[in-house]
Amino acid sequence: MVIDTCSGSVHAVDEIAYELIGMFEEKTREQAAEELSARFDVPKSEIEECWDDVRELKASGRLFAPDTFEPMAGELKSRTAGVVKALCLHVAHTCNLNCSYCFASQGKYHGERALMSFEVGKRALDFLIENSGSRRNLEVDFFGGEPLMNFEVVKRLTEYARSIEKRHNKNFRFTLTTNGVLIDDEVIDFANREMSNVVLSLDGRKEIHDRFRVDYAGRGSFDRIVPKFQRLVEARGGKNYYMRGTFTHANPDFLEDVKTMLDLGFTELSMEPVVCADSDPSALTKQDVEIVLSQYEQLAELMKQRRREGRPFTFYHYMIDLAGGPCIYKRISGCGSGTEYMAVTPWGDLYPCHQFVGEEKYRLGSVFEGVTNTAVRDEFASCNVYAREECRDCWAKLYCSGGCAANAYHATGSIRGVYEPGCVLFKKRMECAIMLEASRLMENME
Amino acid sequence: KRIVTLNEKTLCESAKNGGCGECQTGIANQQCENAEKAE
Repeated sequence: MVIDTCSGSVHAVDEIAYELIGMFEEKTREQAAEELSARFDVPKSEIEECWDDVRELKASGRLFAPDTFEPMAGELKSRTAGVVKALCLHVAHTCNLNCSYCFASQGKYHGERALMSFEVGKRALDFLIENSGSRRNLEVDFFGGEPLMNFEVVKRLTEYARSIEKRHNKNFRFTLTTNGVLIDDEVIDFANREMSNVVLSLDGRKEIHDRFRVDYAGRGSFDRIVPKFQRLVEARGGKNYYMRGTFTHANPDFLEDVKTMLDLGFTELSMEPVVCADSDPSALTKQDVEIVLSQYEQLAELMKQRRREGRPFTFYHYMIDLAGGPCIYKRISGCGSGTEYMAVTPWGDLYPCHQFVGEEKYRLGSVFEGVTNTAVRDEFASCNVYAREECRDCWAKLYCSGGCAANAYHATGSIRGVYEPGCVLFKKRMECAIMLEASRLMENME
Repeated sequence: KRIVTLNEKTLCESAKNGGCGECQTGIANQQCENAEKAE
């Protein structure tokens, strides 16, 4: 497989073509034919034919494409300056579980417990509409803590948004992230009527899940939440949801947790590495990372096998679209945190994203006064794939867009830093995703 | 045939219709809602 970084082209090649592409820019047609025909015992004419194919691909911009995108960096953000299209509403800075690995410190974000009032939430929705410019599709995530601890406000805010969206020619797309404890028939009906997607927290095997995801009495939550998740997913027709698990030092062999979720009937899956300090007992060690890399490869093989058996499932990070996917502007500029996407605390404060909430120096302003800390907004606006010297020669840069600003900040102290352990995992996931999609496309060709 | 190209469009071509900003907030899999309209 050959991936051309700047054209995005993916080529399936045999061994001879692979070697030839590797020497194409250093050797002449005759030198390559001489060397490869001797090494592979094939006629020179075949090597020359392959050389001509490579030359054509280069001429059509599908191989050795130069990086001409840098002038575009920042262009999208500058021409949409001040436009906000997505908010993460922290409707509850409290939680009914006490997960020790929680990046949000059990939902409190290192602050006070609080629930968002309807008035603050309503103002946030008005702020979004007022600042969304010509954007039609607006996104609102109900997040926490545990958002269902403030379900009445979630319902009222959804109703309010629906009552004003047509008047403003907008389309609200809601999502809900929940630990499942408070799911009941009313929540299921509401979620299936109003939520475009639901994110359900489940770590996989019961003993793994219950190791961290416990209530304040120390009791595991697996047996309580799994039947509720199953009812919710069944009621959604098995679509527009995903299970989000976290793997830690306790389970770098997370493929076993994926298999558990499949056995439970869930097919839209995500497993994410824990985000914590290196000193935390749940942090992944170097040895763990080696296991995780192997698990990603085995996961891809399992997906390929089940697809062929007619029992496919989805893994969040492998849903690559080689034929389409995001445009180059989006690939350069990343997720939009701090510019078009912001998190709102229960008090109405604005932060660049949910992982910056509580970091006072990154407070952008509030839904009442707008963005007042323009220096932080500008810092995020200039944060693109070309802002990091380390990314310039990386083959994955137009897939990762320079990586997660929050991970970079927490690892290096700068949003322009590079969180190297994240790079290693990301590149492995991209390799697996591209391999999976390439194998599917080639099977369709046969 | 020793080389099979698996995707026809290039990223350079996506610059022509790109940048509408209507797509959903790991980037590789995010299908642009306006791509078909733009074509």
